[in-house]
Amino acid sequence: MSGEIYLDNAATTAPDPAVVQAMLRALTEEYGNPSSLHRKGLGAERLVTSAREAVARTLGVSPEEIVFTSGGTESNALALRGIAARARGRHLVTTAIEHSSVLTPLQRLAAGGFELTVLPVDRSGRVSPDAVAGALRPDTALVSVMAVNNEIGTIQPLAEIGALLRRHAAGGRVVIFHVDAVQAWGKIALRPREWLVDLMSLSGHKVHGPKGSGALYVRRGLDLAPLLGGGGQERGVRPGTENVPGIAGLGAAARLIVEHGDAADRMRALRDRLRAGLAGIADVRVNTPDEGAAPHILNVSFAGVRGETLLHRLEMDGIYTSTGSACHAHDPTPSHVLLAIGLTPELAGSSLRFSLSRATTPEQIDTAIAAVTRAVADLRTLVP
Amino acid sequence: MATFLLRYGEIALKGQNQGFFLDTLVRNVHRALAPLGRPSVEAVFGRILVTIDAAPDDAAERLRRVFGIVSLSAVDAVPLELDALTAAVIRRTGAWLARRPETLTFKVDTRRADKAFPHSSMEVSSQIGGAVQRAFPQLRARMRNPDLTIRIELRDRAYVATDVLSGPGGLPTGTGGRVLALISGGIDSPVAAWLTARRGARLAAAHFHSFPFTSDRAKEKVLDLCRVLASYTGGLPLWIVHFTEIQRAIQRAVPDALRVLVMRRMMMRIAAALAPREQALALVTGESIGQVASQTLEAIAVINEPVSLPVLRPLIGADKTEIVARAEAIGTYPISIRPYDDCCSLFVPAHPRTQPTSAEVEAAEAGLDLDALAAEALERSERLDIRAPEIVAVTPA
Repeated sequence: MSGEIYLDNAATTAPDPAVVQAMLRALTEEYGNPSSLHRKGLGAERLVTSAREAVARTLGVSPEEIVFTSGGTESNALALRGIAARARGRHLVTTAIEHSSVLTPLQRLAAGGFELTVLPVDRSGRVSPDAVAGALRPDTALVSVMAVNNEIGTIQPLAEIGALLRRHAAGGRVVIFHVDAVQAWGKIALRPREWLVDLMSLSGHKVHGPKGSGALYVRRGLDLAPLLGGGGQERGVRPGTENVPGIAGLGAAARLIVEHGDAADRMRALRDRLRAGLAGIADVRVNTPDEGAAPHILNVSFAGVRGETLLHRLEMDGIYTSTGSACHAHDPTPSHVLLAIGLTPELAGSSLRFSLSRATTPEQIDTAIAAVTRAVADLRTLVP
Repeated sequence: MATFLLRYGEIALKGQNQGFFLDTLVRNVHRALAPLGRPSVEAVFGRILVTIDAAPDDAAERLRRVFGIVSLSAVDAVPLELDALTAAVIRRTGAWLARRPETLTFKVDTRRADKAFPHSSMEVSSQIGGAVQRAFPQLRARMRNPDLTIRIELRDRAYVATDVLSGPGGLPTGTGGRVLALISGGIDSPVAAWLTARRGARLAAAHFHSFPFTSDRAKEKVLDLCRVLASYTGGLPLWIVHFTEIQRAIQRAVPDALRVLVMRRMMMRIAAALAPREQALALVTGESIGQVASQTLEAIAVINEPVSLPVLRPLIGADKTEIVARAEAIGTYPISIRPYDDCCSLFVPAHPRTQPTSAEVEAAEAGLDLDALAAEALERSERLDIRAPEIVAVTPA
């Protein structure tokens, strides 16, 4: 449909033409295996090296601290299981609103003998650093906290958590700090070194890169057990012939993040415009906090309207949204994140997530506000 | 090259019409195997013999979906002569043992349709049994519950089989007239359609789509269900009826407790209007007494009222567990349980009427322009041609 308004960028983004170009080159000209000794191998290796530098630059870390993976889910699994396999401690800490690719591996570790503490969040979706400090034990091996929540956009106090873990470590008890930054990359500044983060997960397709590409920041000197066995690629942490087209696309996407340094401010202004517009509808509740949220996500509950019906009603107008995280959209149980911030199951089932990209325009936001206002009014006339 | 002996049950009991049923079955076997090559299909001595140059497992998987076939066996066909027969038995037994080396006991089961063969069934079984034992000393003969039964049929030639696969049974598609089945996307309606088709009826289907109250994935689910049905029948037309405006009108004008009944009556009216376009002589639904509020006998009676065509309800006496088991066997169950609402489940009221009367439902419909709504829905409907999907054997036959 022409004039479509894509507001589901937290699910995935349209690949940037520069990303497509970089991938095309890796698929056609530079198709060599980076491990090959001849010049075709060298050409491919250069693409990988350049992408590694580009990704490292966005985090302010060294290129050798970046491991390429197949995406956010693998980065999270590699971080969590890679630490658990080498850890002496048996205790793990996380929050109630993590992505399922963090919660599920942790629950599996808990089933296999680890102890897991899941911390609650406040009504804005934030975990309190005091709660993290209170959960720490002498045998705590790992704390995993996301940077930005994928459903409501809340930013977690990572610098404070990093600092308190450092104080805990001063007693000789080192706790590894993992951050799932999939939804944060390109939206807020990420500074793992300053925040004393050991591991940070990234995904390509949330930042106009390709699906099937991702990265894990692994702090220099950290010993991480690989999930897979094979060749020595990615320093043995993630063996297997490199996905050169995916990595080249990821690198191009990382360069674009730096180029579009002002994108976050523009998205924030548009998100606030959307918030103000939708707040004009009767009986709505905005679930994204006013302060301390990423610039691209707005989650809103429309009382008396089924989220899924509203989504399809907006689809008729060419407007694409989400009822929660895309990975959960086919699961009829209400969002664990919205329940964790205190919504009733009914209200959680009446929620839509609007997520912007740097390509979103003010006109699109105004059109969307008008369409949502119309659609909600229409559907509410059908309520018994 | 694969050769199969197909057994048909009920057709054998037909009198003067047997030829019609058998010819149709032979044609359907040709059609089912056509994607794999050009089979030779011939009716011989109360069986159908099929030969095709294709992988035996792929051919068997297709034959197992042809209505009218009760069971089938991959066979070796050899001249009616003891040495050739013995060699074929040894070859097939060796192939069996390669797949199932744990086999310890066997028996030989011989049927002699051609009495001209100079040995009795007993003699053949005993001679061949001896030869098998000499060739495979690890096997012991055992009459009751053997691990392996070697089946020999002596007809125009000798046929040797070690496996019997079940077919769907029933009567050949095309021998039972045409029907229009209402398909919701749930578990029951595809099973009802399948059971009707198994009795030889040609299927057409109708689905009521209510976007945006249901998603395009709910429609995709119905397409996938019909593709499974098409894998048995060869193909069917599917009407996607635009039901959104009717849904809206009912939601606005009809009291909460009667909405599902009025909705079901609208579906029946539209299906009855579609039936002549498909030359359908009856409608098919997945109703089962008492399963939900709209399936009490009182509700079924009220829903039935607007149409004069026969409404077939093959699941009327089935329990849910039986329906689920059948859906699993047919292959529709994993599609039916995908979590996308069909239009019935979305507007279900908290307290539906389970003992409605015609008078109150007619009164509830008074505010609706029934003819105009049905006409508009038909106008905006589309007819899709559903073809059988690629069928590939997943387990060795």
